[in-house]
Amino acid sequence: MLSPSPQSETVISADSLDLVFETNDGPVHALSDISLDIEKGEFVSLIGPSGCGKTTLLRVIADLEHPTGGTITVNGLTPHEARLKRAYGYVFQAAALFPWRSIADNVGLPLEVMGLDRAERDRRVSENLELVDLAGFEKKFPWQLSGGMQQRASIARALAVQPDMLLMDEPFGALDEIVRDHLNVQLLKLWAATHKTIVFVTHSIPEAVYLSTKIVVMSPRPGRIHEVIDCDLGDERPLEVRETPQFLKIAHQVREGLAAGHAYE
Amino acid sequence: MGVWLFDGGSAIMIRTRILPILTVVAAIIAVWYAFAVILNAPFERNAAERAGETIGFAEILPKTMSQQRPVLPAPHQVAVEIWETTVEKNITSKRSLIYHAWVTLSATLLGFMMGTALGILLAVGIVHSRVLDKSMMPWIITSQTIPILALAPMIIVVFNSVGVTGLLPKALISTYLSFFPVAVGMVKGLRSPETMHMDLMHTYSANRAQTFWKLRWPSSVPFLFTSMKIGIAASLVGAIVGELPTGAVAGLGARLLAGSYYGQTVQIWSALIVAAVLAGLLVGLIGWIGGWLNRRMGVREARA
Repeated sequence: MLSPSPQSETVISADSLDLVFETNDGPVHALSDISLDIEKGEFVSLIGPSGCGKTTLLRVIADLEHPTGGTITVNGLTPHEARLKRAYGYVFQAAALFPWRSIADNVGLPLEVMGLDRAERDRRVSENLELVDLAGFEKKFPWQLSGGMQQRASIARALAVQPDMLLMDEPFGALDEIVRDHLNVQLLKLWAATHKTIVFVTHSIPEAVYLSTKIVVMSPRPGRIHEVIDCDLGDERPLEVRETPQFLKIAHQVREGLAAGHAYE
Repeated sequence: MGVWLFDGGSAIMIRTRILPILTVVAAIIAVWYAFAVILNAPFERNAAERAGETIGFAEILPKTMSQQRPVLPAPHQVAVEIWETTVEKNITSKRSLIYHAWVTLSATLLGFMMGTALGILLAVGIVHSRVLDKSMMPWIITSQTIPILALAPMIIVVFNSVGVTGLLPKALISTYLSFFPVAVGMVKGLRSPETMHMDLMHTYSANRAQTFWKLRWPSSVPFLFTSMKIGIAASLVGAIVGELPTGAVAGLGARLLAGSYYGQTVQIWSALIVAAVLAGLLVGLIGWIGGWLNRRMGVREARA
C-alpha cells in the first residue's frame, strides 16, 4: 500500500532448507530440502499430517528454530535480522495471553517491549481490538473471554506490532468448527483490508482451501514439500464458496497430494 | 478478609472450615488433659506416700491440674499464664509475653526480609546464568544440611566478637533458614512460564530484563508467596534458636530457656503456645497478602 509494488515481490525465500533435531533417540529430520518462495500479499497455507515439519518451517521463518542447512531470507534479511526489525506477528496454537494482564494490556504487551509511549500504545490497542471485534473488552481478563475471543485478542496483539507479515500456527485448531468458520471469515476480511502476507499452518483441508492463495502440501519423515497448489477462489469468498465445484476440485487435489505424500507404513 | 464472614456463604464457611478446626482443637485439648493427669499423677502419689497417706484417684485428679511445676501443665494453667503475662502486664514489662514476642518478632521480620531478598537474588542469578545454576545450587542445598543448632552459637559468638550484638545476629540466623525455601521456590517460579510465552517474548525481540519483568516475575508470584509462607515460619524458628545458646535476656527463646532453668513448665508452654500462634498469624498474613495480590493481578480465583 505504501508504494506501488511490482507485480511480485518475494518476501520469504527458502532454498534447500534442512533442519535436523538431535534427540536422545537419534537425529530427527524435521525439514528436508525445503525450497519455497512466498510473494508479498499472498495467503499461504502449510498443510500436512503431524510430523511433516509445517510448524517447524513456520518457526524457522520466525527465527524460533535454526536450520542446519540451506538458506532462508525474510524481507531479504536473515530471519534473525527480520525478527529484530519485528517484520512479523506470530499467532500461536493457543492464545497465550498473560493471565495477569487485561485484554488491553495483553494487546499492548509487544508495544511496551518496543518502547512506544502510552498514547501510541492506547491508540494501537483500541484500533486493533476494533479490528478483531473486541472493542469493549479492554478491561476484561483472559479467563473472562471464550476461547475464540481469546484467540482474536491474540491476533490483535500480533497485528498491533503493525507487521507486514502474519505467521499463524494452527491458530484455530483448538476451537470448535462453528467458531472456526466465523474466525476464518473474519481473517479473510482482515487479510483483504490489510494486504498482509500470511503464512498459515493448518491440518484442515477446507480451512486451507477456503483461506489460501497458495497451498503447500507437506509430507513427513523427513518433513518435505510434496506439492504446491495454487488456489484462487476470488476476492469475494462467502462460506458458501465451499460448496462450489471449484472449491471441491482444489480440496480433492489437496487430499490426493496428502495421501500420496503420506506413506502409511 | 472480613467480608466473607457476612456474605451468603458464611454458614457454609462455618460448616466447612471453622467446625473441623474447632473439632480438632477440642480433641487436642482433651488428649492434653488426659496426658496432664497421667504425667502429673506420680508426683502426687509420691507426695502422699511420703506423708504416709493413701490417696484415691478422685483426690489426685484436681491436684494434677494445679501443680506449681507440673511435668505437663494443664491447658487452663497455660491459658491463665498467657492471660496474666499478656493482658495483665504492661507490654514494656520484662514479664510481658507480648514484649518477649515482639523482641523475637522483630528479629524474625528483619531476618525474613533479608532472607527473602537473598533468596530472590540467588534465584534470579541461577535462572539467568548457567554457571551460577551449576555452582550455587549444590551449596544452597548443603547449607541446609548443617544443623542450625550447631551453627547458631557460632554466628552469635563471631558477631559478638566484632561488636555486633542484639537484633542483627539473631536476624541472620533467620535469614539463613528462610532464604532457602525462597530461593528454591523462586527458581521454580521464574522458570514456570510456558514455552509458548517465552517464544512470544522472543518474537518481540524482548531483552532479558523485559522478559524478566513482564513474564518471569509475574509468573513467579504464586511460587514466591508459597515459599515465603515456609520462609517466615522458618525465620521464627531461627530467631528463637538464636536466642537459646546465648543466654539472651529477652525474646520467646529466652523465656523458654529461663523456664527450663527454673523448671517453670507453665512458662515454657506459654512461650511455646505464643510462638505457635505467632507463626500461625505470620503464615496466615503472608497467605492473605498473596491471595489479595493474586486477585489484584486478575487471576481467576480457585473456588473450592
